[in-house]
Amino acid sequence: MQCDCGHKNASGAQLCERCGKPLTTDLDMRYDGAVIRSKTKKKTFIDKIWALFANVKFGVLLIVLTLVAAALGTLLPQVLFVDTSKFASEREAYTAGYGVFGTLYYDIGLAYLYNSWWFQTLVLALAASIIIASIDRGVPLFKTLYNQHVVKHDNFLKRQRFTLTVKADAMTFDEATAVLTKKRYRVRTDGDSLLAEKGRFARWGPYINHVGLIIFLSGIMLRLVPGFYVDEEMWVREGDTTAIPGAPGYYVKNNEFILETYDGERVEDAVNSVAKKYETQATLYKGELLAGDTANLERVSDVSIEVNHPAKFDGYALYQMDYRLDELKTMTFQLNDKTSGRSFGDVTIDLANPQPRYTLNGGASVTLDGYYPDFDGFDGDGAPHTKSPNPNNPAFLFTMYTPKTPQGETSFTQIQKTTEPLGETRYKMTFKSAETRDITGLKVRKDVTMPILLVGGIIFMCGLMIGSYMSHRRIWVKQTAQGFVLAAHANKAGFAFKKELRHVSEQLHVNAFHDKQEKEGDDDAS
Amino acid sequence: MMLLSVSSTLLFTAFLCYLVATLLFGGAVHDKKQQQQRSHKRFALWAVIVTVLGFLANVGYFLTRWLYTGHVPLSNMFEFTTAFGMFIVGAFLLLYALYRVAALGLFVLPVAIIIIAYASMFPSEVEPLIPALKSYWLTIHVLTTVIGEAILAISAFSGLIYLLKVIDLKKRSMERFWLEFIMYTLVVVIGFVAVTTYFNMTGYEATYTYVDKEGEQASITYATPPLIGMHQYEAQTTGHMEPLAATPAWINAKKLTTVIWSVLAGTLLYGVLRLVFRKRLAAVCQPFVQKTSLPLLDEMSYRSVLIGFPVFTLGALIFAMIWAQEAWSRMWGWDPKEVWALITWLYYASFLHLRLSRGWEGKRSAWLAVGGFAIIMFNLIAVNLIIAGLHSYAE
Ligand code: HEM
Repeated sequence: MQCDCGHKNASGAQLCERCGKPLTTDLDMRYDGAVIRSKTKKKTFIDKIWALFANVKFGVLLIVLTLVAAALGTLLPQVLFVDTSKFASEREAYTAGYGVFGTLYYDIGLAYLYNSWWFQTLVLALAASIIIASIDRGVPLFKTLYNQHVVKHDNFLKRQRFTLTVKADAMTFDEATAVLTKKRYRVRTDGDSLLAEKGRFARWGPYINHVGLIIFLSGIMLRLVPGFYVDEEMWVREGDTTAIPGAPGYYVKNNEFILETYDGERVEDAVNSVAKKYETQATLYKGELLAGDTANLERVSDVSIEVNHPAKFDGYALYQMDYRLDELKTMTFQLNDKTSGRSFGDVTIDLANPQPRYTLNGGASVTLDGYYPDFDGFDGDGAPHTKSPNPNNPAFLFTMYTPKTPQGETSFTQIQKTTEPLGETRYKMTFKSAETRDITGLKVRKDVTMPILLVGGIIFMCGLMIGSYMSHRRIWVKQTAQGFVLAAHANKAGFAFKKELRHVSEQLHVNAFHDKQEKEGDDDAS
Repeated sequence: MMLLSVSSTLLFTAFLCYLVATLLFGGAVHDKKQQQQRSHKRFALWAVIVTVLGFLANVGYFLTRWLYTGHVPLSNMFEFTTAFGMFIVGAFLLLYALYRVAALGLFVLPVAIIIIAYASMFPSEVEPLIPALKSYWLTIHVLTTVIGEAILAISAFSGLIYLLKVIDLKKRSMERFWLEFIMYTLVVVIGFVAVTTYFNMTGYEATYTYVDKEGEQASITYATPPLIGMHQYEAQTTGHMEPLAATPAWINAKKLTTVIWSVLAGTLLYGVLRLVFRKRLAAVCQPFVQKTSLPLLDEMSYRSVLIGFPVFTLGALIFAMIWAQEAWSRMWGWDPKEVWALITWLYYASFLHLRLSRGWEGKRSAWLAVGGFAIIMFNLIAVNLIIAGLHSYAE
């Protein structure tokens, strides 16, 4: 690119490096004519990749692709939000819920969209594009903005949106300096030229926000490193002390779980009332639990865990997430003679810790030959079966020994019903009472990346505000033989700038600036 | 109870002020005769005064309701949508202070009126809060988000005026079609308000039992004649029409019926308006926008995104994450509401970046701004009512 002044410029230059004359017909003021790498180097493979990722249109394409993918993921609920427990497979749950479309949705992998490799690759590409584009433009922009010449070529001034020429006797440099300084411009002069500038920092806004964004995304990536991020769930029964998963050496004891509703105060059953509060009153312990013995645990603190108010300790947090009310804790049975009703006393079975044998009064005893906490029928070969280890529907296989029946009688006992699988018995285990307790569902979280995310977020917001709420404004004045040539530029909010220019020209008692964008007959901001 | 009735009176006052202000703004931009500069300025001044009064009444509604319920009134569809209408007027006043474009008021205020009318179709009873919603962070999050959305919405109005000015309505084109479609959509919302109000006044009710998605028996009450029935419906009340069709379990036929009624009423109303004016509704609006400068409108549209984007980011992403961290133990869970906040954010990020390229200012940018408003409304209506996730306000 050869300029009229004879200087040979590097290709891609928008302004002559010697005389500053614009070399292209449309001058891009966004980068002040700086030479941008991606616009000039296009030879090697690396240059091409660089240019692609630095291209804002490509960046927008990546943003839009992410947006569309994210939207696809909301057409149907993700697997996380679908109750699949009633179906043989997740796929069947989608078919049953949403028909053929559901099956298809599941099969192309949209049900796990946000964890899919391609979605994550998309976000990574976005991050790469942000980094490359920022370096590509940020570095040359920084260089030009900090090495600005006060003296500009006449053509450079003529190309600006706001221009004005005034007669030689209409104003002086001193007047201009005084007016502009009062408007908080920094004014520099060089020979017959003047440059007034303010808010240059606004130009860094986008770069600062991109840096914040990248820090934030790095924080997210760090979560994949073991130890940086703990996310576990646990259930604790009232009265129990349980090791906290993911937090070795820590234990939590559930002293009481409380559910309050709006109509009654504390209620046991909240089926039809609006819940007001879920709370677990707990005690935290540290140490080592030896053979179920809590004696050698060191008490850390008593805490209350409520929705919206997690308990925090040593970088961990315990959240109230779920609960189950009234789980059976103990069951009490009475051993009776079926005909006379005579009783040998009670047996209380701790469901968490059932004993093999219980001794009663009058020489009687009972052995527990089988315990089925969540009984749901018999197998093909007649053996009782339990659905889960939780005592939702306990059933017991007892053998009852009394002085009259020393060989023992077998009874299969549930709360409502007793069967006698090996023939009719003389004695019976009669259900008397049960004790229940609540269970609380807690979530254990530790997130070392949180400070990184926080710092990233804060930097992002600062950059965003600097870039959006400030603007970089410049006014050039050049003295010529005929008088003064003025030109002005703001990187954004031109009409707001125009208002300021109007004040400037009023105070200098010169004509208003000419606005290249203005058309006759329009109502204008005034 | 005192406070609550004061609150609704204030809301009604705001509603009336906005109506009057719309007419005044009409006077400020009407261009039948030339050389009316002075009278235009007077109209504009009064229009702004009345709008400010209306806005103050509206804020009064908000604060008294807040005092009465003890929590920020943003916890159900009625409250949230009303607040959205209110903040749109607030955002308009902000942009008016910066640019003084009277035509903007002529378009913003009627839409604010429609939005508030739409909001009042939802139950406005005061409800207690479930535990997850009791948090300062939630209050801050929702408040900031709705303010951000309102400021972003102004860019769409600016864009709309831009389009009305530049698109040639005499020539057949895609642009003309879509512009008219926007007008039609607004009329459909009015149709919704009309239908709902009508059947509310007549006290229409029809109750059905049906089988829901989980295969369980449930019951539902329609407030409009049931055009479409729920999955395996059975009527529990008599004396109303037989549904014309039934839907599969995962579609809510009651909501579908409401949509159909709104479209029917809206289309009828649109037809009547076309007959009255004897031209497209866009053409009816066109004379009001002629005097505003295009570059000014373009900048206003861009500027409202610039102002609104950081506010929206803070509210819908940053405060949302802080709240979610406190309430649900994870700052992000890909819940549909969260995803749609992200989508809105990405959309406006694209908008800002596209403007960096030549050729994306002006008309294209104006279309994008209008599209942004569509996404915000989609968040408010479809995501809340249909896709409904963790923090759905509906039902
Ligand atoms: C979701 C991710 C992104 C966000 C939130 C974001 C945010 C922003 C914002 C707010 C601005 C200022 C816009 C304005 O003032 O009108 C900006 C400017 C910019 N962004 Fe991004 N950006 C993102 C991704 C990208 C990507 C992928 C690229 C890559 C091409 C990119 C390249 C740029 C460039 C070149 C500028 C102009 C800088 C200047 O004016 O000097 N951004 N970005």
